[in-house]
Amino acid sequence: MLKTSPQASRSPQGPSALRQRLSRWDVKYAPYLFVAPFFIVFAAIGLYPLLYTGYLSFFSWPRFGGTVGDPVGWANYVHVITDPVFHKALVNTVGIFLLSSVPQVIIATVIAALLDTNLRGRSWWRMSVLLPYVVAPAAAALIWSAIFADKSGLANQMLGVIGIDPIGWHTDRFASWTAIATMVNWRWTGYNTLIILAAMQAVPRDLYESASLDGAGSGRQFWNITLPSIRPTMIFVIVTSTMGGLQIFTEPRLFDTNLQHQGGANYQFQTLTMYVFNTANSATDPYPRAAAAAWLLFLLIVGVALLNFVITRAIQNRGAR
Amino acid sequence: MSNNSKPWHRRPRTALAACAVASLVAGLTACGGGDGDEQSSLGKDDTLTITTFSEFGYDEQIEKWNADPERPFKIKQTKIAEWDTWKESMTKALQAGTELPDVIAVEGDAMAALVAEGANEQFADISDPELDGRWVEYAYKAGQTTDGKQIGYPTDIGPEAMCYRADLFEKAGLPSEPADAAALFKDWDTYYKTGEEFTKKVPQTKWYDASGSVAQAMLNQVEFPFQTEDQKVNVENDELKAVYDTVTKYSPTLSTKVVQWGEDWQANFTNDGFATMPCPGWMFANIKSSAPDVTGWRIADAFPGGGGNWGGSFLAVPASGAHTEEAQEVANYLTNADSQVSASKAAGNFPGNLEAQKTLQSENAEDPYFGNAKTTEILTNRAAAVTPGVPFKGDKYSDVLGLFQTAIQRVDEGEDPETSWTTFVGAVGNL
Repeated sequence: MLKTSPQASRSPQGPSALRQRLSRWDVKYAPYLFVAPFFIVFAAIGLYPLLYTGYLSFFSWPRFGGTVGDPVGWANYVHVITDPVFHKALVNTVGIFLLSSVPQVIIATVIAALLDTNLRGRSWWRMSVLLPYVVAPAAAALIWSAIFADKSGLANQMLGVIGIDPIGWHTDRFASWTAIATMVNWRWTGYNTLIILAAMQAVPRDLYESASLDGAGSGRQFWNITLPSIRPTMIFVIVTSTMGGLQIFTEPRLFDTNLQHQGGANYQFQTLTMYVFNTANSATDPYPRAAAAAWLLFLLIVGVALLNFVITRAIQNRGAR
Repeated sequence: MSNNSKPWHRRPRTALAACAVASLVAGLTACGGGDGDEQSSLGKDDTLTITTFSEFGYDEQIEKWNADPERPFKIKQTKIAEWDTWKESMTKALQAGTELPDVIAVEGDAMAALVAEGANEQFADISDPELDGRWVEYAYKAGQTTDGKQIGYPTDIGPEAMCYRADLFEKAGLPSEPADAAALFKDWDTYYKTGEEFTKKVPQTKWYDASGSVAQAMLNQVEFPFQTEDQKVNVENDELKAVYDTVTKYSPTLSTKVVQWGEDWQANFTNDGFATMPCPGWMFANIKSSAPDVTGWRIADAFPGGGGNWGGSFLAVPASGAHTEEAQEVANYLTNADSQVSASKAAGNFPGNLEAQKTLQSENAEDPYFGNAKTTEILTNRAAAVTPGVPFKGDKYSDVLGLFQTAIQRVDEGEDPETSWTTFVGAVGNL
C-alpha cells in the first residue's frame, strides 16, 4: 500500500474508483515514466545524430556552406574507403586497441585478485587504483606527452641511463602506439580493476573454503573458481573496453606534435576517430565525408563487439559444460 | 508518516527530471536556429565580442574604447594562443551555423578560402568606399571577393627580413654587424652555402629554426605554388618541386628538424639551437618572448631571393551576428591608423594601414632588444621588395600548405624525400 494517499485512508468511501484506477496506472506506467528520461535524452543526443549522420553521408555540403547540397549516392563512402589515410588509421586503431585493451584486462584481473586478498588498508589500496581515472584525460595527456617527448622526455632519459638509444616516440609507428596505449592503460586499468574486484567479491566464500579443504592452492583456486565465476563481468569489461579502445581520440590527439593534427607527420598514429574529426575540417564536403567515415567506424565497432560477444559466450559455454 | 511522505518525494524528482529533459531538448532546438537576419541595437552596457589569435596588440585600443563614455557599446576581446586552434573552431562554427563572435580575426593564408564562392555569403559585406586607399593595395584586395565584396579589413602584413644570432655568427667567423651580414642573405644559394660553412665551425648549432619556415619563405616567392589562377590544384610543378628538393636536401645538415611552434622549437631560441630565421614583423615579439635573456638577436635588412610576405591577418564580420553594423564599426576602429600604430608598438606587427606606416616611419623607433635596429625602416624596405600578388593564394592554399609542411616534416623525421613527395601528391589529390 505504498500509494495510499492521506485523504484516501481517512475517508475510505470517497471517490475511490478513480483513485484506484490512478493507483493502478501508477503501478503499470510509472516505471516507464522513470526510464523515459533516459530514452528521451538518448533519442535527442544519441539516436537523432546517429540517423542524421547517416542521412548526411549521402549528400554534398561544401565547406563553409550554410546548407546541405545535392545527394551524391555512395560517393562519400567510396572516397573514405579508397583513402589510403583511412586504411592507415584503421590499422593504427586496431594496433593501439590490441596494445591497450588486452594488457588492460589481464592486468586489471591480476590486480583485482591481489586486492581481493586480505590486504592491510584495503580501502586505501582500492581507491588508489582508481586515482588515474579521476585525472582529466587532457591533463593526463599533457603529463604523458612530457614523459614521451622525443628530445627531452623522461622516458628517453631513463632509457639513456641503461644505455638504450632514444626512441622516436612520435616518429616510429610502433613506439607511438606503445606510448598511446600506455596512456590509455594507465587511465582505464584501475576502473576495470574495481569492476572485476566487485565481481570477485560476489563469489561465494565457501567455494574457496571447500577448495582449500580439498587441497587446492591459491593459483588453482584462481583458475578454477574465480575466473569461471566472474565470466559475465569479464564479458562486460571486454565489450566496453573494446568500444572504448576503438574510439581512442584524446590521447593521440594531444600527443600529436604535427601542426595539422593528423596523428604524426606520416599518419603513424592517426586513429579512426581522429580521421573522422580531421575529415570534418577538410576542404571538400567535410561533413558528409566525416559522416560516412563515422558510420563506417560505427559498423566496425558493432562488428567487433558482436564478435567479442560470440567468442566470449562460446568460451563460457564450453566452460559450463 | 513514512508511507505518506514517499509520493511527495517522488513528485519533485520526476518534475526535476522532466524539466532537465525539456531544457535539454529546448537547448538543442535553440542551438539549431542560428538565423542571422535579425539585427538589434546595442545599449551602452552591451558588449561586442572579438576573437583574435596569437598577439594582435589591441589591448590598449580596446581599453581606450571602453573607457570612452561617448562610445555606444563596449568591446570584449578573446585571445586564442594559436591560429590553428582558432581556425578549427572557426571553421566548425561557420559550417554548423553556430554562434561566432561579432568580429573575428582571420589569418591571411585562410582568407583565400573565405572569399571563395559559397563561403563569402557567411560574412557581412563591410565594403566602405571611404576606406579605399587606407591599406596596402594587395592586402586590401586579398580581403575581397572577385565581384568586389569586401569581407575583411587587413590588419598587419608580413614582409620578411632575416633575424640572426650575431654572437654565434662571430663564433663562426662570419660578419656579425647587420649591414655586413645582409650580404649573406642576398640569395638562397649564398644563404645555404654560408649555412654549410657555419655548421662546420659551430657544429652544435643548426643554421635555421625549422625546415618548415625556410620552406614557407621560399614558397612565398613562387608565383603559383599550389593552384593556378582558375583555382585548379596543381602541385606537380617544377617551381614547387625545386623548393621541396632544396629544403629536403639541406634538412639533414642545416635544419633543427623540429616542428615550428612546438616546445623544442621554442627552447632552441635560448639554447643556441639555431642561428638564423626568416623574420616577418610579427615574429619579433615571438623572439623576444621566447628568448628574453639572449642578447645576440639582430635583424638584417635583407631577404634571400628579394622579398617575401609571410602572414598578415584580417578582421572579418560573420553575417550570423546580430550587430553586423556595429561590428563593422569596431573592425574599422581597430584597423585605423591610430589603432594600428598602437598595435604595432605593442606586438611588433607591421601595419597594412598606409598612414600608420608613415607615422611609424617618421618616428623611426629603435629596438634595443635587436641592437637598436630601426625596425620600421627595415620592414618598410622589406615590404617594398615584396612582389604584390605572389604567391597566388587559391581557395585551398591553407590546406595544401599544411600538407606540404607535413611532407617536409616526414623527411625531417627520416623518410625518403621521394616517398614523402608521393604521399603528399596523393593527399592533395584527396582534398
